[in-house]
Amino acid sequence: MTPRRALAIVAVALFAAVFIWAFRSAPRWRSTRAVAAPSPTAPAPPGRKIKARLFYVGESGTKLTGIERDVAYAENAAEQAREIVAAQVGPVAEPLVSAVPAGTTLRALFITDKGEAFVDLSRDVAAAHPGGTVNELLTVYTIVNAVTANLPAVTTVQLLVDGKEVDTLAGHVDLRRPLAKNLTYVQ
Amino acid sequence: MNARSLPFLSALFSLALAITLLSQTAPASSLTLLSKEGRRPLPIAMVNDQEFVGLDDLAAAFQLAVHEESLGAITVSYKGKTIVLTPDQTLASVSGRLISLPAPPARSGRRWLVPLEFVSRALAPIYDVRLDLRKPSHLLVVGDVRVPRVTVRYDPLGAAGRLTIDATPRAASTVSQDGEHITVKFDADALDVANPPLPPQGGQSLVQAVRVVDATTLGIDLGPKFAGFKAAAQPVDTTTRLVIDVVAAQTETTPAPPPTPPPDLPGAPAPVELPPALNPPAFSIRTITVDPGHGGDDEGVKGAAGAKEKDLTLSVARRLKTAIEGRLGIRVLLTRDDDRNVPIDERTAIANNNKADLFISVHVNGSMRRSASGAAIYCAAFDEAADGAAPSGGAERLPTFGGGLRDIELVPWDLAQTRHIDQSTAFAAILEQHLRGHVPIADTPVDRAPLRVLESPNMPAVLVELGYLTNAEQEKLITGDTFQNAFVQAVYDAVVRFRDTLVAAGGTP
Repeated sequence: MTPRRALAIVAVALFAAVFIWAFRSAPRWRSTRAVAAPSPTAPAPPGRKIKARLFYVGESGTKLTGIERDVAYAENAAEQAREIVAAQVGPVAEPLVSAVPAGTTLRALFITDKGEAFVDLSRDVAAAHPGGTVNELLTVYTIVNAVTANLPAVTTVQLLVDGKEVDTLAGHVDLRRPLAKNLTYVQ
Repeated sequence: MNARSLPFLSALFSLALAITLLSQTAPASSLTLLSKEGRRPLPIAMVNDQEFVGLDDLAAAFQLAVHEESLGAITVSYKGKTIVLTPDQTLASVSGRLISLPAPPARSGRRWLVPLEFVSRALAPIYDVRLDLRKPSHLLVVGDVRVPRVTVRYDPLGAAGRLTIDATPRAASTVSQDGEHITVKFDADALDVANPPLPPQGGQSLVQAVRVVDATTLGIDLGPKFAGFKAAAQPVDTTTRLVIDVVAAQTETTPAPPPTPPPDLPGAPAPVELPPALNPPAFSIRTITVDPGHGGDDEGVKGAAGAKEKDLTLSVARRLKTAIEGRLGIRVLLTRDDDRNVPIDERTAIANNNKADLFISVHVNGSMRRSASGAAIYCAAFDEAADGAAPSGGAERLPTFGGGLRDIELVPWDLAQTRHIDQSTAFAAILEQHLRGHVPIADTPVDRAPLRVLESPNMPAVLVELGYLTNAEQEKLITGDTFQNAFVQAVYDAVVRFRDTLVAAGGTP
């Protein structure tokens, strides 16, 4: 190996090291773009599952009931929250009834350093909502409780619809502020 | 405000505040910056029906440094504090805290545009001078400039009429008569007011129109039958409400108008005391606002047989108005009396602006399970864990109308209900008892929930659900006259008992 060639290799290695360092030390929130990027087929280690408590409409129709379901394991809290919410809003089979309108999908999910989760759902959650105060309370707290009950590090959930802040889903529950876990709506 | 902190304004605009009349000169397509030094328009661009403003314009106006990072982020810096925006993202970082914008930044040629809310949500928290964005009037108040929002309403009352002029935050005013005009001069630097404040009333109206005279003065044009007026101002929360009662000259057919004192002397300050008619005993219920839920294209819940929530709520609200006004003599205001969609804040504003003593929102419930049934009552819930950062208001020392200073408690609009929640719960309990004897009741008849319409009423407030339209039996029941009349009777009885409770306690709601 000629000295010139060795120098070139060292230079490339140095450049790579600096690049990796710069990328890793960038402000944390900037890297959330990567977290936010949809990855519908992304359970990292294949096959590994966790037990998550998901919420469905109880027999009374006025409360939620918690059901343990297998959800793909993820490496960090934001990814895990994504897996949980994706499972929560996904289709369900009888006899379970979901308070989240059919067709709703998770668009993005962020968790801040302060434990606030931003959950961005597709517009179906509002556009296809059947209305009614109880229905709307159960829809909102299905999501809020699914995140907060399974991830103790998350204290509040701010719901977004189609990437935007909304006042309400169907005219009742105030979504302008983040909401904390509320198990009074759970049987 | 420190004038040196905004050299751009002093350099460019040394005009006096006399030219600060906003509505006359501000084009709708610009955001008017208003400071002690003068005013300056910033162009507004429309992107997808959202109002945007150029980041470069804001940078020039507020001495911001804007950089586009190689990773695509846009950083906006001011005195060591940084806002980081990302194209296609509605979330932004403001000094490390995430905030949400109604739309992502938009590129226009080489420029970046940001939603107007960028100013209030991102820039205001890091700026060292107060920034008050008033989006509806396209106004950005910079620093400590007194620019009250002024609204004018005119209610003809037979041979008399009443002008109600609200100034928020409070601003004292002087009322004087000059021939066929009454002038109202506010103690402020400028007014945030629609132009005209009151459109021409036409015909024989005692008040023909209200005009903007100059930066701080409104002019009231009087009709030919005008004979006299009486003006009185009183504080209502953070608003100064000026009520001007005008009366017509006596004619052969005109009954004696209610308050007909002689007109005040020109130039004399308005009296502080209200006319007797405006100041009844404080411990009774005088006004109730009934809010029929939904309306227009917002139909609410729909029943299997075709009943719509919006129609049922209006039907019951109208029956309530007839029963309570006719039998109790209490004024009942409906937030809508036809099939239209009224924004939630407008519904609560009707209650707050009319100083209602009770707010009742009427809805019909829906559940994913058809078995759910029964009437229910909700009171507001404020999420303490989630609202830790919410402003709790505070006291501010403000000048009073008659001179001197007074500590005024400022209540954030979204938290106005917090001070009434005990009374709301008390009314809910009374209402539950009366509903029990009249209509089917839900398993959990009284509950608290973070319902948007219950957060802002500055009076006891409940939301009452007639039952479940998703339950076929309930749909049949609720749409019937028998149920609706029984429901109205229960609410009527509850109002009577609540009023008696207040009178017995000798307190206001």
